[in-house]
Amino acid sequence: MNWLAKLEKIDRRWIFLGVALVVAAPLLLGLKTSVDITPPVKNTYETIDRLPPGSVVMVSIDYDASTMPENQPMLLAVLRHAFQKNLKIILMGHWPLGLPVGTLGLDQVAREMHKTYGVDYVNLGFRPGTAAVMVNLGTEIRNVFPSDYKGVPLDSLEMVKNVHNYNDIRLLVGIEAGDTYEFWIIYVQARFGLKMAMGTTAVMAPTAYKYLQSGQLVGLIGGLKGAAEYESLVNHPGIGLAGMPAQSAGHLLIILFIILGNIGYFLSRRKKA
Amino acid sequence: MTVVGIWIAAFLTLAIFSFLYKDNPVYKFAEHLYVGVSAGYYVIYVWSTDIRPLLFNPFVQTHAQTGSWGASLSQNAALFIPAVLGVVMLLRAFPKIAWVSRWPISFMVGIGAGLAITADVQGYLFPQVQATLVPLWVRGSLFTTFNNVLLFVGVVGSVGYFYFSREHKGFLGGLSKIGILFIMVAFGASFGYTVMARISLLIGRIHFLFADWLHLIR
Repeated sequence: MNWLAKLEKIDRRWIFLGVALVVAAPLLLGLKTSVDITPPVKNTYETIDRLPPGSVVMVSIDYDASTMPENQPMLLAVLRHAFQKNLKIILMGHWPLGLPVGTLGLDQVAREMHKTYGVDYVNLGFRPGTAAVMVNLGTEIRNVFPSDYKGVPLDSLEMVKNVHNYNDIRLLVGIEAGDTYEFWIIYVQARFGLKMAMGTTAVMAPTAYKYLQSGQLVGLIGGLKGAAEYESLVNHPGIGLAGMPAQSAGHLLIILFIILGNIGYFLSRRKKA
Repeated sequence: MTVVGIWIAAFLTLAIFSFLYKDNPVYKFAEHLYVGVSAGYYVIYVWSTDIRPLLFNPFVQTHAQTGSWGASLSQNAALFIPAVLGVVMLLRAFPKIAWVSRWPISFMVGIGAGLAITADVQGYLFPQVQATLVPLWVRGSLFTTFNNVLLFVGVVGSVGYFYFSREHKGFLGGLSKIGILFIMVAFGASFGYTVMARISLLIGRIHFLFADWLHLIR
């Protein structure tokens, strides 16, 4: 098994190169694919779709630039859907380095859809103290955010004049890259009964499924695939859908590596025996 | 993003990727820059969105309204509590008086524990236990029945695996073996999703390089 010995000693940089080529080629060639819509993403979409126009949706930016390729397409797709339905958006977040990324997304979609700041959307910004912030928002938003992220008093913004706590918010959509979403569930969903859906990175999605099964989440958008599904539902292809052929090609290569690795392992074990 | 910004981002992306070949000074530069910029950005962001508007501005505003610093200090006296606790927290940097920093820490631990204990029971333990209390026979739906049995066996098996007060032999041994199977499946799902996440991040960067930097794709 000469090839096997060579395979065992292969420089891992060839593997990196292989993955890079396999991911880059479909993007360069502009390959396209459709995606099947999974129930957790469909439920998120339908929950937002069913909200009456004018309902307030809170979007929490709990990620930063390091997971932007996964989280940003979800944010854009959800915002497009919400604005299409004439819902009002309150943006806030628990990751200080993520808020600017979320603000970029919100401003981009608001510009595209001709929405007005203070009338259709408000950006509260960031406050430290995750759990304490969440619990306090349940009493009065102004206790935590007396003004928006630019220092404009909330009472001077038409959209939030009558928004005081979770009773005035119909849905929370958390765009998540860490365990902040669990804080939202245990501190807010359980205590205040706020309906929530989460868009999580793929790494977190398996852990988040248990909250879906228990009914604590109404929907879940998992990773870039989830974002692609949502883009497909709102009929606005973005990087999520564009990345799916590359994603599939990358997965196939990894599966091939796993199979080769296992064959090598069993053959070398037999050889030793 | 401006052209200059795109070129800087492209250079830094390639600099970080260069580590895949081998460690090098360009990678180190990009890594240190990232850490430095993140820390600096965090400090400025927290200062401008929290400390200044919530701690300093109330004093200035009250002074502007009343024309008296005395009135400003007395009206905003409550703000001295978080301010002092915050400053005391920084005393950890001075070993001789570092013990004082335990006060704000104990304050935070107290609040954290108080909030977490009830929230964990109310929002995690009860709903999750409740979600496993499912009928093991659902008339007319074999699929739901199968799912519910699978859920029940998985939960009992996994909990059995983590019961360490008795040796894993006999019934407990069998149960824990079933538990391991479920745990392995969970690890497999996590690994699969992790691969997906990492490939997605690579797609994001490559898409940026090809679309925004090189304009090879739209």
